[in-house]
Amino acid sequence: MTRLSGGLIDRSQTLNFSFDGKRYQGNPGDTLASALLANGVRLMGRSFKYHRPRGLLSVGSEEPNALVELRSGARREPNTRATTVELFDGLEARSQNRWPSLGFDALAVNDLLSPFFTAGFYYKTFMWPKAFWEKLYEPAIRRAAGLGRLSMQADPDVYDKGFLHCDLLVIGGGVAGLAAALTAARSGARVILADEDFRLGGRLLSETRTLDGAQASDWISALEAEFESLPNIRVMRRTTVFGVYDHGIYGAVEGVSDHLPEANGRVRQTLWRITAKRAVLAAGATERPIAFADNDRPGIMLAGAMRAYANRWAACPSETIAVFTNNDDGHRTARDLAAKDVKIAAVIDVRPDAKARGDYRLITGGMVAGSRGRLGLKSIEVQANGRSEWIECGALGVSGGWNPNVHLFSHHRGRPVWNEPLQAFLPGENGPLGLIPAGAAAGHFSTGDALRSGARAAQRAMGELGIAASLPDLPRAEEADYTVAPVFHVPGKKRAWVDFQNDVTVKDIKLAHAENMRPVEHLKRYTTLGMATDQGKTSNVTGLAVMAELTGRSIPETGTTIFRPPYTPVTLSVLGGGDTGRHFRPRRLTPTHHWAEAQGAVFVEVGQWMRAQYFPRAGETHWRQSVDREARAVRGAVGLCDVTTLGKIDVQGADAGEFLNRLYCNMMATLKVGRVRYGLMLREDGFAYDDGTCARLAEDHCVVTTTTANAGLVYRNMEFARQCLWPELDVQLISTTNAWAQIAVAGPKSRALLARIVDGFDLSNEAFPFMACAELTVCDGLRARLFRISFSGELAYEIAVPARYGHALIERLMELGADLGATPYGTEALGVLRIEKGHAAGPELNGQATALMVGLGSMVSQKKDSVGAVMSRREGLAGDRRRLVGLRPVDPAGKVVSGSHLFAEGAPWKFDTDQGWITSACYSPHVGSMIGLGFLENGDERLGEVIVAANPLEGESARLRVVPAHFVDPEGARLRE
Amino acid sequence: MKFSGFRVFAEALKGHTGWRPLWRNPDPKPSYDYLIVGGGGHGLATAYYLAKTFGRSRIAVLEKGWLGSGNVGRNTTIIRSNYLLAGNEPFYEFSMKLWEGLEQELNFNAMVSQRGIINLFHTDAQRDAFRRRGNAMMLAGAGARLLGREELRAMVPFLNYDNARFPIKGGLMQARAGTARHDGVAWGYARGGDSHGVDLIQNCEVTGFRLDRGKVRGVETSRGYIAADKVGVAVAGSSSRVMAMAGMRLPIESHVLQAFVTEGLKPTIPGVITFGAGHFYISQSDKGGLVFGGDIDGYNSYAQRGNLPVVEDVAEGGMALMPMIGRARLLRMWGGVVDMSMDGSPIIDRTHIDGLYLNGGWCYGGFKATPASGYAFAHLLATGAPHETARAYRIDRFARGHVVDERGAGAQPNLH
Amino acid sequence: MLIPHPLLGLRDAQEFTYLGDARLIDRPDPSAPDAEAAFCDYVFLRDNPAGVHREFWFHEQGDRSWLVVTRDTVTHEVLGAELARDAALSRTRCSK
Repeated sequence: MTRLSGGLIDRSQTLNFSFDGKRYQGNPGDTLASALLANGVRLMGRSFKYHRPRGLLSVGSEEPNALVELRSGARREPNTRATTVELFDGLEARSQNRWPSLGFDALAVNDLLSPFFTAGFYYKTFMWPKAFWEKLYEPAIRRAAGLGRLSMQADPDVYDKGFLHCDLLVIGGGVAGLAAALTAARSGARVILADEDFRLGGRLLSETRTLDGAQASDWISALEAEFESLPNIRVMRRTTVFGVYDHGIYGAVEGVSDHLPEANGRVRQTLWRITAKRAVLAAGATERPIAFADNDRPGIMLAGAMRAYANRWAACPSETIAVFTNNDDGHRTARDLAAKDVKIAAVIDVRPDAKARGDYRLITGGMVAGSRGRLGLKSIEVQANGRSEWIECGALGVSGGWNPNVHLFSHHRGRPVWNEPLQAFLPGENGPLGLIPAGAAAGHFSTGDALRSGARAAQRAMGELGIAASLPDLPRAEEADYTVAPVFHVPGKKRAWVDFQNDVTVKDIKLAHAENMRPVEHLKRYTTLGMATDQGKTSNVTGLAVMAELTGRSIPETGTTIFRPPYTPVTLSVLGGGDTGRHFRPRRLTPTHHWAEAQGAVFVEVGQWMRAQYFPRAGETHWRQSVDREARAVRGAVGLCDVTTLGKIDVQGADAGEFLNRLYCNMMATLKVGRVRYGLMLREDGFAYDDGTCARLAEDHCVVTTTTANAGLVYRNMEFARQCLWPELDVQLISTTNAWAQIAVAGPKSRALLARIVDGFDLSNEAFPFMACAELTVCDGLRARLFRISFSGELAYEIAVPARYGHALIERLMELGADLGATPYGTEALGVLRIEKGHAAGPELNGQATALMVGLGSMVSQKKDSVGAVMSRREGLAGDRRRLVGLRPVDPAGKVVSGSHLFAEGAPWKFDTDQGWITSACYSPHVGSMIGLGFLENGDERLGEVIVAANPLEGESARLRVVPAHFVDPEGARLRE
Repeated sequence: MKFSGFRVFAEALKGHTGWRPLWRNPDPKPSYDYLIVGGGGHGLATAYYLAKTFGRSRIAVLEKGWLGSGNVGRNTTIIRSNYLLAGNEPFYEFSMKLWEGLEQELNFNAMVSQRGIINLFHTDAQRDAFRRRGNAMMLAGAGARLLGREELRAMVPFLNYDNARFPIKGGLMQARAGTARHDGVAWGYARGGDSHGVDLIQNCEVTGFRLDRGKVRGVETSRGYIAADKVGVAVAGSSSRVMAMAGMRLPIESHVLQAFVTEGLKPTIPGVITFGAGHFYISQSDKGGLVFGGDIDGYNSYAQRGNLPVVEDVAEGGMALMPMIGRARLLRMWGGVVDMSMDGSPIIDRTHIDGLYLNGGWCYGGFKATPASGYAFAHLLATGAPHETARAYRIDRFARGHVVDERGAGAQPNLH
Repeated sequence: MLIPHPLLGLRDAQEFTYLGDARLIDRPDPSAPDAEAAFCDYVFLRDNPAGVHREFWFHEQGDRSWLVVTRDTVTHEVLGAELARDAALSRTRCSK
């Protein structure tokens, strides 16, 4: 079949493309579907279940049959509808879900077995023998199922996201959408007009209708020119609005370079989040077929689609066609194709009183009852007036009426309402706020009605926004009435397809009815009707109508169909492809990050932070060597560790002390200026959740620290307390985590090192004892804060300077401390030091522990209220007898493994004998063996006992001795030296 | 009617004329011994075990819409028993054992498929936490394996190992976990219950409870008053709404959880993969769609639909973990309303009203619990005592301080 | 979703962190004889209405205001928003 005359294709240029390896030519303006059709290709795919040969059913995004794998290599794109692919030079496409070839598909044997493969047959079998399901049946089903193939390679293309705001979003650039956009744009409102097609005009492009007596394309061109000249309208072609979200937010995808051979550095698609004060839904309508026996052969397509291919693309599947219709629209197809010299074998109209619209054979009161042609239609069986005849034709246009595209209108779960004259569901009253349906989507099927309804919808939207908008002069247009007979399928014994892709036939619906799967959701889920990639755009209403007929109830009594987003399938890359790989989440770097990097540090994630884990030195081949060395340096000399990541919150105001008193379970109001106190915070439910220090710099000024992981949460909770619980307190908060670089200087030589940088500040134990704090200057005038606190159990300080000096400070400390053995240490050594000292950290304060469990029960003040105090007294918390203990292997060479569960010796390993678990473990260079911390039932009363740490997961267990949770300096003398 | 391959074969030969309704559509009787409010998975399973295992009769299930219209019909179909706490793990392992025999029990192929689940970890601290959990699973007989990075790579080579924000260090695997066909589970229990005499009453909305001196007498419904000795409520997602009719306030908030499926694809992903750091989990259905999800939207909602930020967030998680899914297309997204409880764990208990029982608070994890939840609730209704694996799910655990808080997130439902 | 911040106008809900029921503003008296029961109610029990719900949102990526937003949990329609601090202060004044 060669091209017909006319059409909106550019015949001056030729585009080469291939399908299943065979080369073809098309023209700019073609889709893959139209170009294949123009090349005489009718067979384009196979159905999902029976592998039936299939050709085009439709012309748009509702296509269930012609799915191909587009492009190749890492850019392979499975399940791509040939109808929505704009042809480009060098396009490669392959058919899918067939083997070995599209013409001969071995799994077409399923079609012969179709008597067994009825709806839901798999629920009734494959149960014996039991072991065969996973081993045999299911793998076979999985291999046979699925449609196209992923490349299994990372998507190499680039994607973008953007935000747009407007007064009016017009969804659909057909007749109604254009009228709406024109009305709003002329009023000066900010307008976005989006259409999934690459040309504006919608259905006008596929019809021969005139506007003001001229070709519709003249009117469209004039409008496009006007839009171009207006600054307040943005026209977005190739843009599908796929979902309606709350408060006027619409999701849309723009195909930026999908229509090009290569993106050439441009993004492939952009995800737009459009916030619109109002929107007009002018998404048009979708034609539905009439089901009849063997109605799925290549060449049988929707009548409107056949007309569109002929008018817009000058393509037709055959030289001889027939039309089967229950409404006037089918006659338009016959008339338009006849005008292009296509032979019309017959028009079969179910209506006895139908009138011909042209010079063709009309069979009134007739039905198509069957078809022939293995890989393409050859003839149809027509029954009329008690007679049956076979009519030869290579293509059949079928029109069962039009379904308004109400999809977006039901995205907020609102139900459409049945309209009896139109035999279709229309938008109801409960759609998304601010979304106004217009045109065919609202059931206005004539061109004139659609124009007026679009303009009025925009005017109404403008009125609601207080923008004066007058109705534009609209062109004179066709005003034909639309009448449709309620015929959805042709009765018969053979299979008549309703859902083409999923192979759901009228028989399957009958079976669902017989088995009492009658509610529409049962029907869908049991038969898979409407669950294919087209989501039932052409099948849902028909399926519902068949079920209604079987139950003897009306269609609205039988149910409605509503749609979920997205309107058409959306590429995962464009939804999530912007921030992937290393950019998936932000990374926070400490002030000394680049310095640490230069030292060769290995980093680890803590929250969003990257922290130095350890600093390997030349000759160290295992991380343990580095960590042991760093820990020893702290115990023997002086170590430096960036602790900036700990949350810092500045608390100021006359009631700062009282405020903190209510947040920490221990007493804080009594903290003296110049002193630091360790503090524990409980959640209101009584469990411990964060610890830190509180330093009082002045009567009305405290600085508190939080753990790294909880910095945001603690700040949020403190603001909650300040604003919502105790607004009467005079207190202000600000997070200063990022403002101050903080470095721990720990070890017996820390004082000597710090003495070299402080500006005339007395660091002696008498002047600046353990738990002292001060504001001072260092390095000749640099503002700093000094805290004498210790996480390691050694004499230690934390010094804070403005963040931008952090890098310089650590360099200065390293330089000045070289002779003292100053050593940077990372989070691993930090962990070793704190486990040796028995400090609870993240693994202990995991949100499931009480203050009692971590040995801080006495901190919960009984003299005052604080967040969580009341609830910490509940029986379950107060009676929990698990306690934090230290654990040492009985065999000094033995392992201590975190995550092992603890049992009494000789006890079976069961839940009811489970006595706790190991929270933290490490090798302790100080002790000379592995050590651990863990929660143990009655742990505080079991010191000296030998227990078993079971790790059946890795087939290990160890005998451990219960010891106090302090492996270093239990009296705390060192940190007070 | 017994289902079998032979039966399908025989029916095929005679044109499928012999199939009978999977269940009856009875009108409600004036009174029952047991009324189960909610014809979702848990309610249907409860009725089934009450009738079949506990030998009770005069049972009805009241469903507001169609059977299986609750969260059993809108979840991501994952079954697993990989919990940490003693209050949870034995219960979910009991559920897993029931899953393993479900098809034979129900004579209905719910396509229970034990293709395994892998929870990924990215740091030593996460590995330690998974070791504690994996050992808990071993204690319950659930089975678990701690996989190193290379073992994992051999199993699922398509993950992003080399260019990731959160480099994959390994995973905790439960080989017995997997998926089941969610609707099939509801239908299997419904058919099983019906065949044991349970009345399944659809389009019957409970509008109130009739209470008398601290005891429940029956329920008011859209189809009239129905008397009952015992009423079990299993309406997760709407628990607060229904129990409010009995004057109760619950430790529950309703939240929306979105789920997603792609177009059908040839086999890509063998089992279930969970990427906690990216708030993403995924499996592939037998039909070929990639089924995935992430976090709840985070605000109270009864809307059965979510918003775009979570859609983007979940897709980002997916792309970060397995960039090869990028050119697949999202076919459908939907939302389910879930009962988010104050400790992330469910409630199966009697209430302070005599004869009124509650099964709810399943958060986003109710599907996998369906068999055990039904069994345990039936046990409670029939015997008055909690099932041994469900003893922790008492409603007074909050007041008494015996919460079952897997995440340690405290009384903030949207953090569980 | 969009949240009408009383000081900053319409803001994307993504800038906020959600907490839940605004009744958490009424922390019970810890010294009352039934304090433990009152706190259990306060911490754990919720009305959880299908319909109008007063709830806390924290403008964490913004001005750090806690807001009390009135929103319908069925339609998600936002009916109003106020600073939680104002709500808390007016409650304090009312009770005095």
